[in-house]
Amino acid sequence: MAEWSDTGISLGLRRFGETGAILEVFGRDHGRRRGMIYGGASQKKRALMQSGNTLSVTWRARQADSLGHFAVAEPERERSALYMRDAGALTALTAVAELLAEALPEGEARPDLFDGATTLLDLLGDPDIWPALFIKWEMGLLSVLGFGVDTTKCALTGAEDGLTHVSPKSGRAVRGSEAGEYLDRLLPLPQFLVDSSIPAAPEDIAAGFRLTGYFLSQRLFADLNRPVPEARGLMIDRLERAGKVVGATH
Amino acid sequence: MIDFLSKLPGFGPRSARRAALHLLKKPDQLLAPLAAALADAASKVRQCSTCGSFDTIDPCAICAAPGRDETIICAVEEVGDLWAMERSGVFRGRYHVVGGALSALDGVGPEDLNIGRLIDRAAQPHVQEVILALNATVDGQTTAHYITDRLSHLEVKVTHLAHGVPVGGELDHLDDGTIAAALASRR
Repeated sequence: MAEWSDTGISLGLRRFGETGAILEVFGRDHGRRRGMIYGGASQKKRALMQSGNTLSVTWRARQADSLGHFAVAEPERERSALYMRDAGALTALTAVAELLAEALPEGEARPDLFDGATTLLDLLGDPDIWPALFIKWEMGLLSVLGFGVDTTKCALTGAEDGLTHVSPKSGRAVRGSEAGEYLDRLLPLPQFLVDSSIPAAPEDIAAGFRLTGYFLSQRLFADLNRPVPEARGLMIDRLERAGKVVGATH
Repeated sequence: MIDFLSKLPGFGPRSARRAALHLLKKPDQLLAPLAAALADAASKVRQCSTCGSFDTIDPCAICAAPGRDETIICAVEEVGDLWAMERSGVFRGRYHVVGGALSALDGVGPEDLNIGRLIDRAAQPHVQEVILALNATVDGQTTAHYITDRLSHLEVKVTHLAHGVPVGGELDHLDDGTIAAALASRR
């Protein structure tokens, strides 16, 4: 009998049969895992296990690689209800859950990414903070999954200052002044990603989403042979309408 | 017969056998009328081309009823939700069945839902309000916000059902999320 307990973020609940459901969680120490919830279709259980909620779970199965079931799934933090009325926060919450559900391999622990996701989800109530944080979290997601963007030094000169662009080919930062004729092929690097003390203007947020969007679509999800989750685009559209993003994001 | 019955909601092979046996024991009172009713429903019931509900006529009885307020459209996820609203007897406008909610996990995108028709209906000059009575789930509310965005260019008021303490509910037995939602919507 295999069994483990963990704290996990709910990535969604899918009905299974008449009364059951399959819960997908991103566990801090066990990564993305799925399991049956007996009686999970009930209104009470569904409410507790909405996407974005942090749950305390105990998973059991006859064998470690079988579907198994969650014997315990109790909420530690119910965020979904808090953000229901806030369209921006709710689309961001959905985008986080969908990116994790679609991008993460099953059963691989990513505690740093989990901690980042928890912080991001907790701050979704503050629209002045979370867009920049979302981009930083996406940078972390790319990095954890092997598609990281190196913003520490210039790929051409090795210099650690004056970094203004990123090469879409290598994913490494470049000094725009050194790029010459290749400048227009590079992706702008918003300065809040280089120096966290620099505030992010709406133009920087657009550049940030363009940067992470490129590597998500052309590297990470291209490798998985699936599109970037639609919720991310809906979230950016909403930010554009709210004036939080100004400029090209694609 | 048992095979088909066992595929119905609430039925398993065992209960399907019991139901089949019960029907077979009362062929004149139950089996024949049920078979006739099923055949009748299969040949006559169709989806309303206006709202997406089921009825024997198209447009359905609710869409065709002259006494109902056609300035208000209440959008619901499923036909069952429409029936629930009708049971309450408090809403006298028109309905629109969206046909589900956006869900990446289930592969449901905007093009899979009956949203385009709702936008067309809301654009009609006599429509003044669209009530989004979608489920209080992340998927349901994400869909509600998506529809709100799609309706934003129209001169129509968009409202949502309230979330919070149910009638007869005791705070002690409510989950934290419901209490938080109720507090946020206090008035």
